[in-house]
Amino acid sequence: MTGDDTKHLPLEDLHAAAGARFGAFAGWSMPLTYPAGVMKEHLHTREHAGLFDISHMRLFEVSGPGAAALVTRACPLDAGALAISQSKYTFFLNEAAGIIDDLIITRLGGERFMVVANAGNAATDEKHLRALAADFDAKVDALDRVFLAIQGPEAWAALFRAGIETGSLLFMHGIEPRENWFMSRSGYTGEDGFEIGLPEADARNLVAKLLEDERVLWIGLAARDSLRLEAGLCLHGQDITPEIDPVSAGLMWAVPKEIRAAGSFIGADALRAIAARGPAHKRVGLKPEGRQPVRAGAALFDADGNPAGHVTSGGFGPSAAHPVAMGYVQTALALSGTRLFADVRGTKIPIDINPLPFTPHRYRKG
Amino acid sequence: MAKTYFTEDHEWLRVEGDIATVGITDYAQEQLGDLVFVELPELGKKLTKGDTAVVVESVKAASDVYAPVDGEIIEANTSLSSDPSLVNSAATGAGWLWKMKLADASQLEGLLDEAAYKTHIG
Repeated sequence: MTGDDTKHLPLEDLHAAAGARFGAFAGWSMPLTYPAGVMKEHLHTREHAGLFDISHMRLFEVSGPGAAALVTRACPLDAGALAISQSKYTFFLNEAAGIIDDLIITRLGGERFMVVANAGNAATDEKHLRALAADFDAKVDALDRVFLAIQGPEAWAALFRAGIETGSLLFMHGIEPRENWFMSRSGYTGEDGFEIGLPEADARNLVAKLLEDERVLWIGLAARDSLRLEAGLCLHGQDITPEIDPVSAGLMWAVPKEIRAAGSFIGADALRAIAARGPAHKRVGLKPEGRQPVRAGAALFDADGNPAGHVTSGGFGPSAAHPVAMGYVQTALALSGTRLFADVRGTKIPIDINPLPFTPHRYRKG
Repeated sequence: MAKTYFTEDHEWLRVEGDIATVGITDYAQEQLGDLVFVELPELGKKLTKGDTAVVVESVKAASDVYAPVDGEIIEANTSLSSDPSLVNSAATGAGWLWKMKLADASQLEGLLDEAAYKTHIG
């Protein structure tokens, strides 16, 4: 099934014992579904608490007197202005303002930052960071951790019962609750939840305790994808790529105003130029009419049959109870309610521009 | 007297006279996961063995179901339009996909019987 280069999760034996069906993703053998199935796993996460093994993602610690300056150069962000424990969604941009990767960066201390990177881009990100570190008084450490996400309205209660207090931690904040642990209130589902990086032995203990709680179920990558799509969150490599800039992607909310105006991050000039002239295409939510899913790659047309854009992610939304998709359309067609048509195997399916997210975010902000 | 055949592509055919009812096996529905849509074939469509007859869509992906033999579509399981999950809950029963009139009954000889199919899926 998998080649020699495929990477395996440290907790793979636990997933196999739980009956996971595995598949390849970004060079890793990942649990796609468990016996409950994607539909039940998805709904369980929205109603209770889902446990995800996201150890394919990579944690980097950037530290040293020049750490804040390095992050401020690498990302459209004023890292020195972040409060200790504050997290920010941000990106590495190339000189053309294309998105090399999207990341969450947390300030751990005066001179220490945690960078959480996507699996498929981890090697590129590490190279990028190390090249920059040579210009700053900072070092980059790739951390060897198991990385777990627990997501859903009962995530905090399940962690509490497992002996982990989360009370004062708010959305988009991260702390180091124990030695070699990193815990942030964040996630990729639109629900309240936590992401915890920790040593393997600690992870095995924590997983065992969490799974004693009937509110907690293992959730596979298939439901992780349908949850994030309903929540309107981008998957790098699909919805955002090195050829797509944050203006077109509708992600400028992640770039602080003063940084937009005067930041000297990589890609700043290109990003300002795109923002000034306006993007040719914009990322939008798309709701197909009827029950038939419209998948990534489907071409979009206007009512007259002219090309209008394309779908970058699409599937079925178990909570929305209808197909959901996102993609890029010409800016003039990006208004909610605009009717377009998606080509699915030669048939034109009506599809409407729909606000994102499809299911409301339920983050714990205060 | 109905006789049931299987294919290596995880389909089953129940043949009565020159009419075959076709569906996917329990093994196949498990591999696909929860189905959310079934694109049914047009009545009267003539298919050659290996043509795509139906597309089944799970939350994550679309998969083709091929015509296991030559023939003409005479009925599609329209109850799947409102409840595609019937394929998951009753793959070899109420979750059948289509009925076809066989063009060449001798093609059945190349298919698997239940024992051979069970060996095939291991």
